[in-house]
This record gives sequence, structure tokens and C-alpha cells, in this order.
Amino acid sequence: MQNTNQDTFEKRVNKSNGKLAIFTGLWLFTTALLAFGPKLIWEFNFALTLFAVLLNIAAGVFMIFANVQHLKRLDELGRKIFLESAAITLGVLMVFGVCYELLSYAGEAFTFTPRISHMYFVMGITFIVSVFVSNRKYK
Amino acid sequence: MKNRLKVLRAEHDLTQADLAEKLEVSRQTINAIEKGKFDPSLPLAFKISSLFDQPIEAIFEQE
Repeated sequence: MQNTNQDTFEKRVNKSNGKLAIFTGLWLFTTALLAFGPKLIWEFNFALTLFAVLLNIAAGVFMIFANVQHLKRLDELGRKIFLESAAITLGVLMVFGVCYELLSYAGEAFTFTPRISHMYFVMGITFIVSVFVSNRKYK
Repeated sequence: MKNRLKVLRAEHDLTQADLAEKLEVSRQTINAIEKGKFDPSLPLAFKISSLFDQPIEAIFEQE
């Protein structure tokens, strides 16, 4: 009976992990489709672009729900690690995001144009590093 | 917060994995509680108390 419970807990977490991975992959795929499709596949056909936008938003919404569900399935320490990492990521994103944008107005030394995609990388790396560090902290 | 979880677990001849199984949490959570790195929530503390059939204050102690 108890073994079944443990299996259930582990299975529950693994299942929600898998679900999250699938929806994140789907969102990435639809984002790539939206980024490259109009120019490379359907030559700026308005209806297909609109369809790609809707598909991307739908996949994004499913990804958000999968993320929330995953958070609910974790145990309390897992939730604490997740939330701490999310808080650090949000903070880093705000601080460096604003700084990054302002640098582009700082004169000739910085001639780049800030792009939101750069912040996605910062966000992803910060979250992964935070989860790793927190996991070591509570090991 | 100090606790007697490791002692109680040993007395009941349970591994961390066994206890995690019974409490429906991860083994990492049990390990973190035993080492005093993580304080459990009240519901989890009640679950532990009920599992070992001891009052919460006999298991957890404010440092």
C-alpha cells in the first residue's frame, strides 16, 4: 500500500515533468514556426501567419498551465526550491533587463539593439542555475 | 528547529526512502528535515507526528 503511494508521488512528479517538457517543446516549435514560417514557408500569407500566432499563443497557455500544475504536484521542499528560483529569475530579469535596455541609449560605446530573445537566454540560464544551487543547498 | 526524525526513523527501522514513501514526499525532503536545513509545514509535521504516534513537540523543538 505504502509502496503504491510512493510510486504515485514519484509518478505524479515524473508525469507532470513530462507534460511540462512536451508543452515547452510545443511552444518552442510554434515559436520557431512563427519566427521563420512567414518568410521561409508560406511567403507572408496573412491567414497562415494568423493561424501560427494563434497556435503559438495556445501552446504558450498550455505551457503556463502545465507549469502551474507541475508546481502543485511537487512536495513542499520542491515547491520552495521552485519558487525561490522563480523569484531570483524574476529579479535578475528586471535588474539586468532594464540595465541592458538603458545601455543601448548610453552612447557610442554600446551600439547594439536590445532584443527580448537575449533576455530569454538570461532567464533560462538563471532559473537552471538557481534550481541547481538550491538543490545542492538542501541536499 | 531541531528534530528527532533521524532517531525515530532508526527506531522504526525505516530508511529515508521508506519514510518519504509513507509521507508522500521526496527523499530529499526527509534528508533536508533531518539535517535541519528545512522546516516542515504544519500539515507535514502532523503527518510525521501521527506516523510515529508521538506529539509534535516530542519530535520538533525550537532552538
